[in-house]
Amino acid sequence: MAEGVRPRVKAPKSAEAGEVVVIKTLISHKMESGQRKDSDGNVIPQSIIHRFVCAFNGETVLDVEMHPAISTNPYFEFEATVPEAGDFEFTWYDDDGSVYEDKKSVSVG
Amino acid sequence: MDFTRRETLVIGGATAVAVTLPMPAMASAVDEKINEFTGGADVAEGGVELDAPEIAENGNTVPIEVSAEGASAIMVLAAGNPTPGVATFNFGPLAGAQRAKTRIRLAGTQDVVAVAKMADGSFAKTQKTVKVTIGGCGG
Amino acid sequence: MRFKAMTAVAALMLAVPGVVSAGPDDDKLVINGEIEMTTKAPVPEHMEDTNMDQIMSGWHFRSDETQALEMDDFDNPGMIFVDAGMEQWNTVEGSEGNSCASCHEDPSSMKGVRAVYPKWDADAEEVQTLAMQINDCRENNMGAEPYGYTSGQMANMEALISLQSRGMPVDVAIDGPARETWEQGKELYYTRTGQLELSCANCHEDSYGMMIRADHLSQGQINGFPTYRLKNARLNTVHGRFKGCVRDTRAETYAPGSPEFVALELYVASRGNGLSVEGPSVRN
Repeated sequence: MAEGVRPRVKAPKSAEAGEVVVIKTLISHKMESGQRKDSDGNVIPQSIIHRFVCAFNGETVLDVEMHPAISTNPYFEFEATVPEAGDFEFTWYDDDGSVYEDKKSVSVG
Repeated sequence: MDFTRRETLVIGGATAVAVTLPMPAMASAVDEKINEFTGGADVAEGGVELDAPEIAENGNTVPIEVSAEGASAIMVLAAGNPTPGVATFNFGPLAGAQRAKTRIRLAGTQDVVAVAKMADGSFAKTQKTVKVTIGGCGG
Repeated sequence: MRFKAMTAVAALMLAVPGVVSAGPDDDKLVINGEIEMTTKAPVPEHMEDTNMDQIMSGWHFRSDETQALEMDDFDNPGMIFVDAGMEQWNTVEGSEGNSCASCHEDPSSMKGVRAVYPKWDADAEEVQTLAMQINDCRENNMGAEPYGYTSGQMANMEALISLQSRGMPVDVAIDGPARETWEQGKELYYTRTGQLELSCANCHEDSYGMMIRADHLSQGQINGFPTYRLKNARLNTVHGRFKGCVRDTRAETYAPGSPEFVALELYVASRGNGLSVEGPSVRN
């Protein structure tokens, strides 16, 4: 697992049933593009987070395929419908096989 | 405005270089990516929104926003990057809107392209030029 | 060659609209919709012999998009490093079995600290920066290895501590025993260095608001440090920035943590007396 990777998620703690809420996510990651060279002139291999998924109670909100053109410390902002009380699940997939997860519970009513 | 002799020389020289520069190979790479995404279907201009700054202060972190009402997916490409792929947003049943913001890397001034796959299976495309400035101080 | 020529022409083309709209903007910096920051303030008394009419945070010299990143703590990528600093704060290290929290409890105990550093330390009989104080604590109270002066861990800790004073006015003391160091810093500020023979003042006092190629020159204030730069996508320390700046004059730079940079930090900080502590800020 890449060192010091930490996700941050901003989601409301409560919502009305059916309400559309704004979600923001940020994760610390170098997103090594594969285009840079080290001081000896060797290409530093690509090592990025290549996929991000947000789901609510198992149903997909957003599924993003990511390329090296996504900036260091990837940021996403998007909207989600909250049909009922439950959990937002956030998952980031790293090229090195690591999977980073976060979860935010939302109450309804 | 007044140009000094040196500035004029630089502009003249650079213009000469600019016209002889080969076109970036990316034009075809972008078409290829779009074809892959659309399966070769026709792509209409418009119907997808792309918001990006006209001038980006630093190409490392350029905020963009894409949206297309009712789209199932939006693909974003950077035509002037070494590889054109940026991201593809696939919207699930619980997407509150077909809209997303992120921050991207642009290797220089270039067109950012957004292609949306609409609910009826048709495709829509838009693009915007983002100028990337070159900093004064490496500091 | 091709690239350089293209660069020059691009810089010129971009500089043209920049010249028209030169000068800092009048936007208001309110963070999270509630913390109102003082980003313009009267010139401190000690600068009355300059031709400046007010002091301004570097925030005013940035594009709307960059400015927006600092207006919301979630949008500010520097906050990731505050989280990291918080973990460091609570981590026991060294021979004494202490973490920062062992003595200082919650980081909120650090409120007001960033605003008055660098400051005279009577025991050490020298002016100390926040970084020196952090390492003093690590070595003498924790029995731990000091952080590298401009390391990521140091920047994280400075960000965490700066955040506690966010919105408070910078208020470094320049009289009393700190005076001599301050005078030394002032001397350095106005001394031209390097093959380009530039002093800090040439750019940041005489020319702020103008374009240097396609970049908008600020007053070089340090109230926003540590600062997250889009350029390198991480937190940058004051001495790291000084080093980059001096290097750009094509001079051999002083070392981070050197007496020269400590003096310069005190002097530059005093040029921002009255601006809000902004760290961790976001710049290009």
